[in-house]
Amino acid sequence: MSDIHKKLFVPRDTGACSLGADQVAYVLENHFESQEIPIEVIRNGSRGLYWLEPLIEIESELGRVAYGPIGIDEVDDFINHSCWEVNESHPKYLGLTEEIPFLSKQQRVTFSRVGVIDPLSIKDYEAYGGFVGLKKALTLNPQDIVTAVYESGLRGRGGAAFPTGIKWQTVLDTNADQKYVVCNADEGDSGTFSDRMLMEGDPFCLVEGMLIAGLAVNSNSGYIYLREEYPLAFEVFKEALVIARKLNYLGENILGSGKSFDIEIRLGAGAYICGEETSMLESLEGKRGEVRPKPPLPAVEGLFGKPTVINNVISLASVPSIIANGPDKYQQYGVGRSRGTLPFQLSGNIKYAGLVEIAFGVVLNDLLFDFGGGTRTGLAMRAVQVGGPLGAYLSEDQWDTELDYEAFLKIEAMLGHGGIVVFDETVDMGQQAQFSMEFCKIESCGKCTPCRIGSVRGVEVIEKIRNGENLQENKELLVELCDTMEDGSLCAMGGMTPFPVRSALKHFSEDFE
Amino acid sequence: MEDLENISVIKEIVSRMKETPGPLLEILHEVQGRLGYISPDFVPIIAESLNISRAEVHGVVSFYHYFRTTPGSRHRIQICRAEACQAMGSRLLEKHAKTSLGIDYHQITADGFISLEPVYCLGNCACSPAVRIDNKIHANVSAEIFDSLIDDLTRIPLKVIN
Repeated sequence: MSDIHKKLFVPRDTGACSLGADQVAYVLENHFESQEIPIEVIRNGSRGLYWLEPLIEIESELGRVAYGPIGIDEVDDFINHSCWEVNESHPKYLGLTEEIPFLSKQQRVTFSRVGVIDPLSIKDYEAYGGFVGLKKALTLNPQDIVTAVYESGLRGRGGAAFPTGIKWQTVLDTNADQKYVVCNADEGDSGTFSDRMLMEGDPFCLVEGMLIAGLAVNSNSGYIYLREEYPLAFEVFKEALVIARKLNYLGENILGSGKSFDIEIRLGAGAYICGEETSMLESLEGKRGEVRPKPPLPAVEGLFGKPTVINNVISLASVPSIIANGPDKYQQYGVGRSRGTLPFQLSGNIKYAGLVEIAFGVVLNDLLFDFGGGTRTGLAMRAVQVGGPLGAYLSEDQWDTELDYEAFLKIEAMLGHGGIVVFDETVDMGQQAQFSMEFCKIESCGKCTPCRIGSVRGVEVIEKIRNGENLQENKELLVELCDTMEDGSLCAMGGMTPFPVRSALKHFSEDFE
Repeated sequence: MEDLENISVIKEIVSRMKETPGPLLEILHEVQGRLGYISPDFVPIIAESLNISRAEVHGVVSFYHYFRTTPGSRHRIQICRAEACQAMGSRLLEKHAKTSLGIDYHQITADGFISLEPVYCLGNCACSPAVRIDNKIHANVSAEIFDSLIDDLTRIPLKVIN
């Protein structure tokens, strides 16, 4: 072998590790060391092609080539065939990574580095365009940064889709001795994992996004609220913070600019409701995660009573490229009022599950079949839940809808955080509707009655319907209960639990007979 | 009353962290991390050191699913009950787990070795159903894989009988 220190990539990502990537990396490292083969094993993030994980990549003369899946049972064969020499005839050989159709058909903007770089190498990060946005932002005044974000059309990726620029403007315009930037990394929606992937695969991108937000609203203090269920993301991100501080990307007088900013990461403690922004603030302050009534908006009175920018991981991670390449570039992607790209997450009963970052406007069917390849069980697809546990269940006749915030509202659904969960024909939609209420019952913060009591009654009445008791009467009662929860709840937990319930009742009525 | 060693650990944690803004959740995380659980006996010590009421501390401990008020088990098993895992058979998996371990959710095996808990999403939805054992997450967990994961936890050296 002529080249010195060839690079081989084995992801250090929760999904890849759950399929054995740690053991695979360990075996390979040992082999290279004992046989004195000059190959460096890099632990990258995941490309998001989970049916191919652990996906091993090699830097070759052709470019980055991939093999997958190479689990612990396949690694010996991989070694025996010296696959790092690019063995095109190997059955697990996939060719150039970037040419795998699932990846080549995407428009990776926010996720451009995830799975590509060593997540904890600032050198890698900068080589792939990192900190260009920050360096530019350091030369701009706060209003110019806010205006750029506003003009990009970026809307909150956590699910509510509120224009990020308007939020930032409010915080900028509010006078206070202290302001905060809070990143909501309480990614609790089932079927979503893009925040996790980004934090594990490109943590400096989130650091940069928060730094720019700090510059934009004159804040020197950032918090990340991460869920306890993400131990690896926590570990990777803590390491990233230490590195960023050491190299003066965080701390006092950042890069000699005279500006200061630091980030503290805090863990949640297993409460779905803490993904709701005001509940999250309470939790960050060390209290019960009960929802606060609005107003006052967190942008005016947020964390510790101070003006606070609260954004989801993906919103903040989208900012560096918006500043680096200009808002127009980002704006070019998308349709209508949904500008830019969204990292959709395909999961559940789907053959090719993973992350698809693509411009708004793609049709749901394309994701389900062109990207997803239909169900994993091979049975007919029956229901698709988009937008997490508070999102509607969609039936086949709705799958031709464009993925666009407004188009989804029109069909009484929502895009939320971009999670798409697929069910095959064996699904019992009565059971799913009952689960939606049960989930609300378990996770309600208890502050408002429609949510706290409504969910309990919801479970009971759906159970009665499923048992065939007074069908007509109970269905009417359920619809009324949904109205009450929707109109009377303080936040989206109680207010949107009716979405999946109503949609199940409406589009899969045969399961409630 | 808890033994003196626990009290000194708690006091050390609180005195180190009390000046950080909104420290209670952080303190509880560290107490549980080091002592395994947050005994009701710990509550007055934490409350007094922070100069807040016992009710406030108790209210926070009881709000979050993650905090436990009784000693934990050697291994914590969490089965994801959320939709993406349901779509791939997590309902059957949880039934199997309860039967094979002989415990329900929120219970601990008689030997104190394993506890079983539900969890609502581990973010491994593309490889569902997912199970977390302590800090390690496992993919595509069928009943057979579940059994072998438990075997790995409980495997003890066999005594050779002649």
